[in-house]
Amino acid sequence: MSALIEFEQVCKFYQMGDTVVKAADHISMKIEKGEFVAIVGQSGSGKSTCMNIIGCLDVPTEGTYRLNGRDVGKMSRNELAAVRNEMLGFIFQQYDLLPRLNLLENVEVPLIYAGVPRSQRHARAKAVLEQVGLGDKLKNKPNQLSGGQQQRVSIARALVRGPSVILADEPTGALDSHTGREVLKMLQQLNEQGHTVVLITHDNSIAAMARRIIRLEDGKIVYDGDPAAPEATRIRPAGKGGEAECS
Amino acid sequence: MLLTETFWLALKNIWSNKMRTFLTMLGIIIGVTAVIVIVGLGNGITKSVEESFAAMGTDILQLTVWGRGTSRNISVDGVYRIVDENSDLLKGVSPNIYFSGNVRVGTTTFRYTSVYGVNEEFLSMRNYKIAEGRGIQYMDIVDHKQVCVIGDYLAREGFGGDAVGKTIKIGAYKFRIVGVLAPKVESADLQMGGDDDRIYLPYSTAMRLSSTSTVNDYIVTMTNDQYVSQAKAALENSLYNVFQDDSVYYVYSMGEMLDVKNATISMAITVLAVIAGISLVVGGIGIMNIMLVSVTERTREIGIRKALGARESVIMLQFVMEAATTSAMGGVFGILLGYGISSVATSVLPSIIDMTVKVSPTMSSVVVAFGISVGIGVLFGYLPALRAARLNPIEALRYD
Repeated sequence: MSALIEFEQVCKFYQMGDTVVKAADHISMKIEKGEFVAIVGQSGSGKSTCMNIIGCLDVPTEGTYRLNGRDVGKMSRNELAAVRNEMLGFIFQQYDLLPRLNLLENVEVPLIYAGVPRSQRHARAKAVLEQVGLGDKLKNKPNQLSGGQQQRVSIARALVRGPSVILADEPTGALDSHTGREVLKMLQQLNEQGHTVVLITHDNSIAAMARRIIRLEDGKIVYDGDPAAPEATRIRPAGKGGEAECS
Repeated sequence: MLLTETFWLALKNIWSNKMRTFLTMLGIIIGVTAVIVIVGLGNGITKSVEESFAAMGTDILQLTVWGRGTSRNISVDGVYRIVDENSDLLKGVSPNIYFSGNVRVGTTTFRYTSVYGVNEEFLSMRNYKIAEGRGIQYMDIVDHKQVCVIGDYLAREGFGGDAVGKTIKIGAYKFRIVGVLAPKVESADLQMGGDDDRIYLPYSTAMRLSSTSTVNDYIVTMTNDQYVSQAKAALENSLYNVFQDDSVYYVYSMGEMLDVKNATISMAITVLAVIAGISLVVGGIGIMNIMLVSVTERTREIGIRKALGARESVIMLQFVMEAATTSAMGGVFGILLGYGISSVATSVLPSIIDMTVKVSPTMSSVVVAFGISVGIGVLFGYLPALRAARLNPIEALRYD
């Protein structure tokens, strides 16, 4: 049985003027079902590229990425869309709800793309909104909600298709620390219920909430393991062999 | 199902940008309105021309013979013979002599009444019905009787409806009224000087009183008004055989005139409709423009939708649907406005162009206008939709 997420020598190179940017440089890793992984790194470390590839928004230039045993690199754009719909739940920093739709409609969007009939859609969307504690605001528009509430809606939207992976990209970035904690707690709960959660962040303290940390620098994995270990938060200055501390 | 969802979404987006959508639609509205009104106007003019020609009779030929002096001319019997020889195409013939002179009943003058000298067949040839009394008879012609048959309008206005047996004065001569024709013109405005304001005399009487020895004008009826040009040619051939010269007679066909007129009208209308059609295309470009703006504005939304699993075809459908809905709505408003303006034009036009024209939009022009406006939406929505569908999801999600 293969891992849920499997990177094998994954590379992503961009041509920027004369130089080639190695956003992902031969990354190999496995994430098993039911894990709570934080992918950490400073901006430019390649974590966003990593997330885009895991999220099937982008395909590797080299190497293979298998999601649930299927090689994503060989998929057509339509197949990628289907995989995103079926297997991935996205949570974005800016919540990214559709402003003209009410909460129920927002959560229904992935179900529409999956071709779920209207009545089932309503029931399912309502259920997940109740699960995140917003069952009483189904008809509200996103701008009538606080940031924390909006992020809960986007969690509901990510959950509504029962995805294999919940992919959270800086989910607390736009929230105050208290609300941020709540959102993280919710992610932890989801993980405890059996969901695989991949959290992308630059913030070590947030990454510490995960059960495993993968630290990226310059497109390479520099640490993979227990968040409690001192190496988990250690950073090498770029281009030097020496070591430096980063909080 | 996706189609209805997309349609509702399109309506929602249109509604949230009411002003912009309306301005975008305006091009389509104006285009559709113009097409409908212009086609309706053409329709109305054609109809009104056809009606006025039908009143004159499209199954008749008017024959004018000048001849070459009195020595080389054709007698009335000669013309009758020609018609008999071509009985497969020509049915009847009657002299049609215009007789001038003031028409007076007592002290009242009927300035617009026309007087014609005709034969005993004329009334039945033209399908005129006798309401009272009798028509012109063969003996009236033989005996040069001073009798006449008058139209309904004249009978009512001059004699209070009781005209038979009374006398009417034309120029210096008195005529006994022997018959009154059934009314032909319904509209009260058109009766004076119209078909019901006529007097018919025996042609021989008219010739004698105006001291002419030859008949120059005839009307000839055809067996079938589908064969106008054949009938006209047959008549012309026979006349050529008599005169060996085609400049001494002229055959005038109402049907042909009508065809020429209709062709001219439809050409003018086509040109106008094409110009109006161009404004539809311009409207379409407006839609394309605003859709491109909309795609740019909603780049992030497109990114989110793609992340949530929207296939390119779905994004495509969403924008095409929005463009098509916008232009279809413009089409509907245009149709309504077109009908409104048509009915206003119908009531206003007579006072401007002195012609009763019923501006009546045709069902086909409405269907075509609607179809074209939807088509334009799809066509001009396609490019922006394609751009939206092809957006790279990562860049779209990064877009602010």
